[in-house]
Amino acid sequence: MACNSSSCQSGCFRNEVEREQHSNPPTETRSDSNEPNLCVKCKANEPMCGAGEDGKFCLDCFRSNLYGKFRLAVTSNALITPADNVLVAFSGGPSSRVALQFVHEMQQRSQKNFDASKDRSLRVFGVGVVYVDESTYYSVPSCEIDKAIQDMKLTVSDLAPPAKELHIVPIESVFSLESSDGRERLKKLLDSVSDPTGREDLLLHLRMLALQKFASENGYNRLVLGLCTSRIACHVISATVKGQGYSLSADIQYADARWEIPVVLPLRDCLAKELNMLCQLDGLKTVEFLNKPHSGINGLVSSFVKLLQQENPSRECTIVRTAGKLTPFHFNKIPELNDSSVPLASRRRQKRFNLKPSESISSESFCPLCYSPLNKSDLTSLNGQESSENSNIFGAACCSSCRFQIFPKDHSSMEHFCSLLPGPVVARAKHGDSNGNFSLLRKQIQDCLLSDSEDET
Amino acid sequence: MEKEDSKSKKAGGRLCCICNQRRAALKRPKTLEQICRECFYEVFEEEIHQVIVENQLFKPGERIAIGASGGKDSTVLAYVLSELNRRHNYSLDLFLLSIDEGITGYRDDSLETVKRNEIQYGLPLKIVSYKDLYGWTMDEIVRVIGLKNNCTFCGVFRRQALDRGASLLKVDKIATGHNADDIAETVLLNILRGDIARLSRCTSITTGEDGPIPRCKPFKYTYEKEIVMYAYFKRLDYFSTECIYSPNAYRGFAREFIKDLERIRPRAILDIIKSGENFRISTSTKMPEQGNCERCGYISSQKSCKACVLLEGLNRGLPKLGIGRSRGHNNDGRKDGKQINGTSIESKQCGTLDF
Repeated sequence: MACNSSSCQSGCFRNEVEREQHSNPPTETRSDSNEPNLCVKCKANEPMCGAGEDGKFCLDCFRSNLYGKFRLAVTSNALITPADNVLVAFSGGPSSRVALQFVHEMQQRSQKNFDASKDRSLRVFGVGVVYVDESTYYSVPSCEIDKAIQDMKLTVSDLAPPAKELHIVPIESVFSLESSDGRERLKKLLDSVSDPTGREDLLLHLRMLALQKFASENGYNRLVLGLCTSRIACHVISATVKGQGYSLSADIQYADARWEIPVVLPLRDCLAKELNMLCQLDGLKTVEFLNKPHSGINGLVSSFVKLLQQENPSRECTIVRTAGKLTPFHFNKIPELNDSSVPLASRRRQKRFNLKPSESISSESFCPLCYSPLNKSDLTSLNGQESSENSNIFGAACCSSCRFQIFPKDHSSMEHFCSLLPGPVVARAKHGDSNGNFSLLRKQIQDCLLSDSEDET
Repeated sequence: MEKEDSKSKKAGGRLCCICNQRRAALKRPKTLEQICRECFYEVFEEEIHQVIVENQLFKPGERIAIGASGGKDSTVLAYVLSELNRRHNYSLDLFLLSIDEGITGYRDDSLETVKRNEIQYGLPLKIVSYKDLYGWTMDEIVRVIGLKNNCTFCGVFRRQALDRGASLLKVDKIATGHNADDIAETVLLNILRGDIARLSRCTSITTGEDGPIPRCKPFKYTYEKEIVMYAYFKRLDYFSTECIYSPNAYRGFAREFIKDLERIRPRAILDIIKSGENFRISTSTKMPEQGNCERCGYISSQKSCKACVLLEGLNRGLPKLGIGRSRGHNNDGRKDGKQINGTSIESKQCGTLDF
């Protein structure tokens, strides 16, 4: 019953049968040929040793293969184009370290092309790096934090020019308060969530809010996350377990433009193992201690996926490929450049290979808390509830998953909980989707408006 | 000592949180509410009734076959369905339908249980045997092909035998005892395997509506643990030995994972099913075309149905026919080919998930 479909292309079935059948032969074939093992790609160098599945490549080919996956993702989905100003979210871990490295290399290449070209029509995209400091919530000694940040600053400043800056954004900045007040409020907010999984997910949402806020305030128009296949596979399973099957496909595409600043995942096709290995081989410095182990459902899921991956090395890919077959949302692509201020050459560079024709653009409503699209059944249960209080309206506008794992159960603490949420989140619930659409409309006619504020126009 | 005393008193004295009258006897697995036995029976049965009504599983006057293996799920299903049929006037004609695979030391014993159920619940029983339908018992098949791939034969034959038995009984529908845990596991497995077609239909409560005899799962939202609990408290007579030819006494990764999830968040099982129902799968995805088997007329996407291919192999002394990767004869062949011993991602390899 393993691969129950003729359409399954995961190769998991084949792998296992082959493993069974060829458990002995490989040693024979190896001893038959007296030639040394060669890299399967260039057939010139010796493959890396002790690298398991990746051992078939030599170091150079392994590297270029990995970079190739990144580049293909970027170019075929127009994730980064010459006119862009890109913000890389850097946690210090191996995935985001590689993301930073690759974005940097890509920038270097386009800088080279820029310098060499006569008309200089193609700009070089800008790159900034941001680290979200969550030490308010995780009790880590401040000296360790300082050292980690120092290390990361060094990593970023050591990159060859064009120079980049590492911005440190405290997570409590989402509250737009004085730092001490913000810290206090963040603690209170997270403490009011009793479910450990819910607390972790809320922190994740807040992190995204902090990144969005920073990117928007500092003139960035892309947010690069280092999410790799392994992490996405975990997300697929945990979203399924949390009942978020409908919104799942929104989170796992290369591009996610439901946010003000579109989020892109150029490492979507790279495995965590490969990224770890690249860091080791190239001596890319990572800061490990900040990696907090997951708890609750998320922890259970990641150990489950780890187990599956050990049983079959292609499992993570299969999971992501299955989820990739789910229908994406209309916002899962980078919006077309229509702005006339962008040079034509740059616009033309925004090529897209494998984008499906956009489906009928439905006006989605979003959960104000986790910003996942809501499906009809969520909406109908929403309308069924009679609510007069503010907190009730907010609760009803959220997805069932947030309602269960993040919201307090009783009404009195609900009011308190809502008062602790960052302003933009509450505003999202009040105005609903119409606000988003409205500002989108406004953007399109911006150049013809005489006043900056919405009230006057 | 004192502490222990007060503790036991507290636990013993707690009242059922539904009726607030009787003493709570159990913690309901689905909600963790502490309730009494009577209230448990009531909510358990009422939930199943609601599922039947909301999904219009049955129409008045229909003849329904209950797939009865003698195990806990089908025994509880038979009991509850006959109870609800009486209580809510479904006016259904219920039958028990059992398949005799011909496994000595397993099915003969479990069939004894079903025969007792026939009398206990007053439901007519029909037994269809592999021997009659195919000329082979599972014992004989295993003697020829060994313990590898035997579950493939059993699963394919059972699926068809159930339909054959149902048409002999002239029923309108088959009800099977798949529970919420089974369905949640299937959702996960289909994700792990990359099977988008099955992922899209594994959560439907009624399947095969385009075929001759639709099947439905009244226990779609019923937790396995509650079924066991119900059978335990009601002292229902069921058979709980595993098949002797299914050497997979271990639990599969996926099943284990679901049990772990249930421990920290009971609602997770329902959430997985909900996710399965809500996945955005485009309806234009190509599905295999259904035709009929040239030999026996059973629905098949190939020239001959899987059972006929397997049977031909057995009769011609080529038991490997239709198993494994031989893509030429039967495109579907490779799907059942993997029966590796050792750790697996799924729990029920012998095809009971299809039953």
